[in-house]
Amino acid sequence: MEQTGRRQFLKTTAAGAAAAGVVGFPRVSRGAGKLALGLWDHWVPGANAVLKGIIEDWGKANKVEVTIDFITSIGNKLQLTGAAESRAGAGHDILAFSTWDGTFYKDKLEPMNDVADAVIKKYGPYNENAMYLNRQGGKWVTLPSPIGSHTYPLETRMDLWKKHAGIDVQAIFPADAKKRDKKKVDAWDWKMFLEGAKKVHAAGFPVGASIAENTDSNDWLGPLFATYGSFPMDEKGNITIASDATLAAIDYLKQLVQYMPKDIYGWDDASNNRWLISGKGSAVFNPPSAWTVAKRDRIEVAAQVWHHDAPRGVKGRFRGSLPFTWGVWGFGKNKAAAKDLLLHLSQKEQQWKTITASQGYDVPQTVAFSSHPVWTEIEPPKGGQYNSPVRGDERLIVAGWPAKQEIAAQIYSKWLLPIMVGKITSGGTAPKEAVKWAAGELEGYKRG
Amino acid sequence: MSPDTAAVHAASPARVAPARARLLVHLRSRSAVGVVMTLPLILLIVGLVAYPFVYAIYLSLLNKRETAFVGLDNFRFLLTRDTFWLVVQTSFLFTSLAVVWKAILGLVLALVIHTLPPRGQRVWRGLSLIPWVMPLALSSLGWWWIYEPTHSALNWVLVLLGFSPKSWLADPFWARFSVILVNIWYGTPFFMITYLAGLKSIPQELYESSAIDGANAAQRLRHITLPMLKNIIAITLLFSTIVTLATFDIVRVLTRGGPRQWTHLFGTYAFELGIASGDVPLGAAVSLFMFPILAVSAFFILRGIRRSTS
Repeated sequence: MEQTGRRQFLKTTAAGAAAAGVVGFPRVSRGAGKLALGLWDHWVPGANAVLKGIIEDWGKANKVEVTIDFITSIGNKLQLTGAAESRAGAGHDILAFSTWDGTFYKDKLEPMNDVADAVIKKYGPYNENAMYLNRQGGKWVTLPSPIGSHTYPLETRMDLWKKHAGIDVQAIFPADAKKRDKKKVDAWDWKMFLEGAKKVHAAGFPVGASIAENTDSNDWLGPLFATYGSFPMDEKGNITIASDATLAAIDYLKQLVQYMPKDIYGWDDASNNRWLISGKGSAVFNPPSAWTVAKRDRIEVAAQVWHHDAPRGVKGRFRGSLPFTWGVWGFGKNKAAAKDLLLHLSQKEQQWKTITASQGYDVPQTVAFSSHPVWTEIEPPKGGQYNSPVRGDERLIVAGWPAKQEIAAQIYSKWLLPIMVGKITSGGTAPKEAVKWAAGELEGYKRG
Repeated sequence: MSPDTAAVHAASPARVAPARARLLVHLRSRSAVGVVMTLPLILLIVGLVAYPFVYAIYLSLLNKRETAFVGLDNFRFLLTRDTFWLVVQTSFLFTSLAVVWKAILGLVLALVIHTLPPRGQRVWRGLSLIPWVMPLALSSLGWWWIYEPTHSALNWVLVLLGFSPKSWLADPFWARFSVILVNIWYGTPFFMITYLAGLKSIPQELYESSAIDGANAAQRLRHITLPMLKNIIAITLLFSTIVTLATFDIVRVLTRGGPRQWTHLFGTYAFELGIASGDVPLGAAVSLFMFPILAVSAFFILRGIRRSTS
């Protein structure tokens, strides 16, 4: 791997960076001030230590006194920290934001155009989803962060699906994108998934996916609706949920939930994991955390889990995601140093280390970094996580897209889709009534 | 001149300036000492209750981005939302059922423990207080394991006994039942211990006289115990209504307001809007809806107490 210093890096990207104003920060012999970071407390053992080491090394090299707080997202503590700091106008210089928090506080954040432009110039584009979440109103309000960012592939028990449904997901999505058979991949659609779900259910190993007030629900339902061409609101602010596409997706879901556990309406974000690890579940939509816990607790289950693409619908193939972002508060006293550090963390060398430390849970937002070998090497089964980053024709989205970010944030955080679906499939509400309810909610989201 | 002030005047050296002497007199008066002694508490209340309350009112009058004053628009907006009315309904149901059952069970427990010999009382009193002294977030997690949708311990027992399992957290009816049950479990000891203290203050002579008159247990409860506990019952109902309406932990841990928002209370819904959805003014408006409800409850309960004592 090429070892490029930050100064060297900035020189090589001089045109773009200078135009954008990335010129480093003043350092003097007595030091370059202090920098406080509030970062997401990673659940993978050892991941925090690696990130801390990288940042502390940077601090020593640049004579910056760095303090790091790893803040858990459990109990919304990271969100609460963001809310409190934005209101107090004091706190960390750099704060990790969960998916929508950068949108909430964008007026109080330092634009990151210079850093983002420099990264893009060197490594190529961020993925479409990262662009949507971080670049708002013509400026980068936050910077895409790989730490904690994850996607929602299907995690399938390949043994159960092969035996009971006659579908070999490993053969459809091998651990090498070049070996994919287009015919097989194209055939992997929601119809095929439903037929498979019916068979594994009959065999006593149902598919499990939450339809409740949690992120997991959004992250498989949003993409499913998208594959039918159903979106709650378009980018111009038109409410588009009342459509034939929505009704078609609902009709599909009504069939699918018959083959799922009845308690999915009470599931939380960890229920997927428990379902898979219990040995009863044959597939879940989840980041590799379910596999990781299975590897720890039931290796025989983990050894049969294959991560792969979502089924295709009439309007293509979509995958859910839940990325993190980094923000620099406008009230920060050492913004230049903060940007310099984030630029450093965005380098391939650093991202390589953090991806390795996260055992592949962190999915980079820079497309080129998906070439990291961890997803090919990690096992069991070998190659089982190769498809954790998008490898094929899936579009990575976050539920709420393509609505304006302020609206999409509410579609997501007020659980519009899971509640609408739950009303129909569990509450007995007629589809058109539930869609009408959703349209009413969306009207309310427009409130300024 | 009060004896206190006279004493101060007598003790004051002649060289003390008149203004300083007046200050000393003032400080040594009972009311001044009272103010000084309560000042830390007053500061705490101002800092942690009054200021946040006024700030919440201020926030609730702003637009979503907190850039413009919108008057009562947030409140008007909430009144047009179905979800908000569901929250109001759930909050009333949750509070009324939980408070009434806590009061009934607390009274029953207190009466039972009161009849035990002193040594037995201590043990049972201590055991009964366990739910109340445990951190609620922690005990709610315990309850979550009991209700957990896929591997519910309660369902395991039900199936063992030949009953069908229930979707404790996935079905709106059972989810509401579950969160109310946990609140009752948690709050009953507060009523029990308060009623027990009240029972101990009732003169035994009253019961002895009624026994001589041939009153049975039910008559003693109706004509002696309940009237003597009336004010305590009213105060506990008021306190419990305030605390129960503001419940957060139980719902947040067990259901997060689901399924389909059927278990959201004012507190949890305010959190969802204000923090999770980034709309702090609307969240503040939701939480402020609790204030008039509690103010009316407090007015009637306290008026009842005043009337009965006068």
